[in-house]
Amino acid sequence: MIKPTFRDRIMIVCIYIFLILLGFVTFYPFWNSLVISFNSGQDTMLGGVTFWPRDFTLENYQIVFQDKRLLNAFLISVLRTVIGTFLSVLVTALLAYGLSKKELIGRKFFMIFCLLTMFFSGGLIPTFLLVRGIGLMDSFWAMIIPTLVLVWNMIIFRTFFQQLPKGLEESAKIDGCGNWQIFFRIVLPLSGPVIATLSLFTAVFHWNDWFFPSIYISSENLIPIQTLLRQVLNSNTVTSQMSQLDAGALAHMSNVAKVTGKSLSMATMMVATIPIILVYPFVQKHFVKGVLIGSLKE
Amino acid sequence: MGVKSEIITSDIKANKKKSFIKRYFGQFDLQMMVIPGLLFIFIFNYIPMYGVIMAFQDYDIFEGMMGSSWAGLEHFKMFFSDPRFLEIMRNTFVISGLKILICFPAPIMLALMLNEVKNMAFKRTVQTITYLPHFLSWVIVAGFTMSILSTDNGSLNIVLEKIGLIDGSISFLAIPEYFWTIIVSTNLWKSIGFASIVYIAAIAGVDQQLYEAAALDGASRFKQIFLITIPSIMPIIVIFFILEVGNLLNAGFEDLLILGDSAILRSVSDVIDTYVYRVGIGSGRYSYATAIGLFKALISVGLLTLANYIARRNGNSLW
Repeated sequence: MIKPTFRDRIMIVCIYIFLILLGFVTFYPFWNSLVISFNSGQDTMLGGVTFWPRDFTLENYQIVFQDKRLLNAFLISVLRTVIGTFLSVLVTALLAYGLSKKELIGRKFFMIFCLLTMFFSGGLIPTFLLVRGIGLMDSFWAMIIPTLVLVWNMIIFRTFFQQLPKGLEESAKIDGCGNWQIFFRIVLPLSGPVIATLSLFTAVFHWNDWFFPSIYISSENLIPIQTLLRQVLNSNTVTSQMSQLDAGALAHMSNVAKVTGKSLSMATMMVATIPIILVYPFVQKHFVKGVLIGSLKE
Repeated sequence: MGVKSEIITSDIKANKKKSFIKRYFGQFDLQMMVIPGLLFIFIFNYIPMYGVIMAFQDYDIFEGMMGSSWAGLEHFKMFFSDPRFLEIMRNTFVISGLKILICFPAPIMLALMLNEVKNMAFKRTVQTITYLPHFLSWVIVAGFTMSILSTDNGSLNIVLEKIGLIDGSISFLAIPEYFWTIIVSTNLWKSIGFASIVYIAAIAGVDQQLYEAAALDGASRFKQIFLITIPSIMPIIVIFFILEVGNLLNAGFEDLLILGDSAILRSVSDVIDTYVYRVGIGSGRYSYATAIGLFKALISVGLLTLANYIARRNGNSLW
């Protein structure tokens, strides 16, 4: 082992300092919002709440969880994420499996058919008019069906399926298994990591998407939590933020009167983020692999 | 002889035709797997592509595309002579350019730095923390930004006041001069960690013997970064740079829509995509918005081709 030079040592120290700063800057906004959401709103207004709650309270969350509109939006988000992810991954994986088979008639044409969509798209307005034209407007399915097949995910799935050892499938075929049986009984059980990764990406997309509901959905009871949160944050003044809350929560709030628009938005934001934070650590080791299959094996 | 061979070829043809149908139904279960996916792609990707035709029409929501009258290039001309045209193009190029200038090299530098860290626990912690923002929605990220920058005891104002740089709170998000800085920093914050994954993997794939040889020749770690690591991962950097340039007109959408959505900021926050959204969905001028979108798509394809041409001349091409 060669001894590091003096300049190298300085470089390493600088790198550690920089990375610690980066970690802090990345983590701080999240932490600060969490702290404010657990701090009494009135106290937050006095300023200086940064790393630790000064006047710890659960009031903000109590009010947020009494807001029926918000709970409904949360439920819609959960439903959308579960159903959307399941259907999207299923249809995309089936397509990818079919396209990974050399004997598929029309394979080349189908691949080009899929890949072209990554370079050209009709754009926002024609898609919007199509969704309206086929009567999906203001329905739950408008948030699921238009983005059902994700071509990028299909390519990752396909690359993965192509790398699977052929022997198992061959022997299953000799035993009289059809393609569907092979897919569900042999291929899927072998594809755990890639399914986990792509399900995470798809689920994150569905959970985070606020834009499509904002143009497709007008019924209040179908709005997912991110879209609702966007409306809350968008109304800049405290009074209009309060008016986003429903009557029950308002009645409760007048009894407490210690919360503010800011503390409530922070609590709402945390509610909208927690599911992702909870799932993230479990899939982290997988998604690095997923990203690499997608980007390096083009 | 001629007749005979004709009979034979037609026989083969018939046989082939038969066997195509036979072959198709022979693998009908396999075809059934791809049909749903292809159908959805056809409906939600190809029908809208056909819908682009209405950029050349005066689209009438009651008549549909069949009944609408033709407008030729009228909508394109209208966009070019729109008083906001230059402003929107400037914003698109400036915001996108700043994002490339700062958000593109930053993950590479992060990956290079992480590679020098030998303490695995520390490395993993930094990675876990910096990957996280990628998974947060723009609504949440914008919420953080608003909270940190707010005049109502936002952390940045508190810090700046404490160290005496400013006297009173500054309403950062209401001042157009600050907007580009805010939007680029927020994007950097959200993307730096996750974008570094690819480069970290590329660096891990560099032949270790190169480093040993360089060390024997007396090159310091610092020098090795520039002489070995960066040249080794250059092909990947170039490929990602090409993709980035091809996306030059995608200056951002959700971030600008949420953070730049106020009348004061519109002169610096409106890019092609957000303009299409507000003109199209907001004001219902469908044909006009589609024309602007098509204009953008055409330039994008051109840019991608150009970037690839330049890259190919240097020996790294995408296709």
